[in-house]
Amino acid sequence: MTEPQHEERPHPPGPSLYPIAFAAGVACILVGLIVNPTLIAPIGAAIAVVFGFLWARDATMEYRRVPEPIEPERREVPVKAEAPAIPAHRGRAAMPEPEPGERFPRSKFLEASTLGLGAVIGGLVTVPAIGFMVVPAYVKQGYPSVDLGPLENFTEGKWFVTSFFQHPDAGEVSRRTAYIRNNGSLDGKPSFTIISNRCAHLGCPVQPNGPVQDDQKKVVKGEHGQRVTMIPAIPAGGFGCPCHGGQYDPEGNRTAGPPVRGLDRYDYEIKNGRLWLLKPYSVTTVVGQGKDARIHKYKLTGPGEHVDGWEQILYPLQPPH
Amino acid sequence: MTVAPPRRRKSARRQRLEGAITYPIDWLEERSGLIGGLRYFLFRKVPGDTNWFHTLGSATLTAFLVQALTGVILAMYYQPDPNTAYQSINHITNDLTLGWLVRGMHKWGASVFIILLFFHMARVFLFGAYKYPRELNWIVGVMLLVFGMLEGFTGYLLPWDQTAYWATVVGINLNGTAPILGPFLADFLRGGAEIGPDTLSRFYSLHMLLIPGAIFALIGLHLYLVVRLGVSSPPWSGQAAGSDYVEVTPTTNGRSGLTQPSARSGWRRNGGES
Repeated sequence: MTEPQHEERPHPPGPSLYPIAFAAGVACILVGLIVNPTLIAPIGAAIAVVFGFLWARDATMEYRRVPEPIEPERREVPVKAEAPAIPAHRGRAAMPEPEPGERFPRSKFLEASTLGLGAVIGGLVTVPAIGFMVVPAYVKQGYPSVDLGPLENFTEGKWFVTSFFQHPDAGEVSRRTAYIRNNGSLDGKPSFTIISNRCAHLGCPVQPNGPVQDDQKKVVKGEHGQRVTMIPAIPAGGFGCPCHGGQYDPEGNRTAGPPVRGLDRYDYEIKNGRLWLLKPYSVTTVVGQGKDARIHKYKLTGPGEHVDGWEQILYPLQPPH
Repeated sequence: MTVAPPRRRKSARRQRLEGAITYPIDWLEERSGLIGGLRYFLFRKVPGDTNWFHTLGSATLTAFLVQALTGVILAMYYQPDPNTAYQSINHITNDLTLGWLVRGMHKWGASVFIILLFFHMARVFLFGAYKYPRELNWIVGVMLLVFGMLEGFTGYLLPWDQTAYWATVVGINLNGTAPILGPFLADFLRGGAEIGPDTLSRFYSLHMLLIPGAIFALIGLHLYLVVRLGVSSPPWSGQAAGSDYVEVTPTTNGRSGLTQPSARSGWRRNGGES
């Protein structure tokens, strides 16, 4: 006689959809807080509350139910001596013994999905973090224009050691220096020589080879509270770098030492009678002097990098500046 | 040679005392096996003719741990901000109790670490201890050297004085002259086209977190390989390198290299003698 099926035995509760709806409600709140806090967020809150309540009700049903009286077992208990239990090592196996090392599709699937899901989660976390580490160094870099004050301050034919703040918000760390000479006017327009003090060897600050008249220092107020310091100088011997001895003539041509090219220069423009400093650019050599100078001009390149000659193939790409 | 007197039985009081002392150790060992693991790690057989040169590795490790400890404490007072970094270093050195000592330990200890690292490297090289099967450990050691140098490079900027600033300018631009990717590497190190506030905090983070983390991990690997492969004998040793491996019965891990010396290593010849 076969044993009757226990139809009335309580089944384990089926999977509930309430938690998912609850999560959707929470997601709706979060999205709503950003998109539309007055309309979408309350809708999300309502969804979350309703389904949270249903979920809680569903999950606690087991504990809130009145216990049913258990009916006593009416079947006869088999006498043990007559029907001993079959030992585990006897009889037919329910399933063939797996080969050693044999693996089943489900275990393979579970392994692959665990590893795959882990990789996806790890990637979702790591890729933005690495991007945040790397990318800001290459985007939104630039050289904002700097107001260096009225043209009259730059006496014609004289050099001025001019220091300014490239990014005034960043403070002292963004202080840069340029050597500026007013060349008089060329074709009715003022002409300036503006040489960067960044050595073309490895970026140390080059110094004027000649007297610097610190006692005639002048501080000019530019736009946005920009403070520009101007010190007259007479770099009769050009410029020299204290770090590794690079030497330049007054036009910034390399004359001796390790630099691979001449000193960088700045573009400029005149607006409302004031001198504005624009982007810097790289220079190999300058032929001629002052306003008649012919400048071999290149895109701004880091110190020590060749922009001409065969060595330029070593630096085919420059980060966006 | 006298026969040792029979061991007296310990008094009950002494036994109880010892039990009380070892109880926490036993408790830990029973639940974690950590004490046994530590014994396995620390109390190892080494060749009988090891000498003082074999201590250079632990000396380097000690120097690194001193750097880690003093660095963590310095980080409690240092401020990686362009406007206050130099002042905070001044404050550490001149105002805070024992600040001069801890900063000095960190500053001079950095050189001690690098010097010991090179001595250790020279020992390994001259003793031929980098040879099979220890090549991987040599490679890990070279990576540790590189990361140690990166620590030096990133740490040099942190005092934020003129030397620090311009040395870093030159160092970054030097990296910038590397072919093709150099300019990008320089921008990455600077955190932009020019040195700015981000450069200092970036170097601070690299110096404090990323590189030391890598060094700790590599030291772990380095020590694991030392424990696994054992300490090598000096080149003039009459003792066989790895002779204790030759005598044990083959293990089941299928690595014939350690249990059955191959013809190309000198172990069979030496192993036969011992």
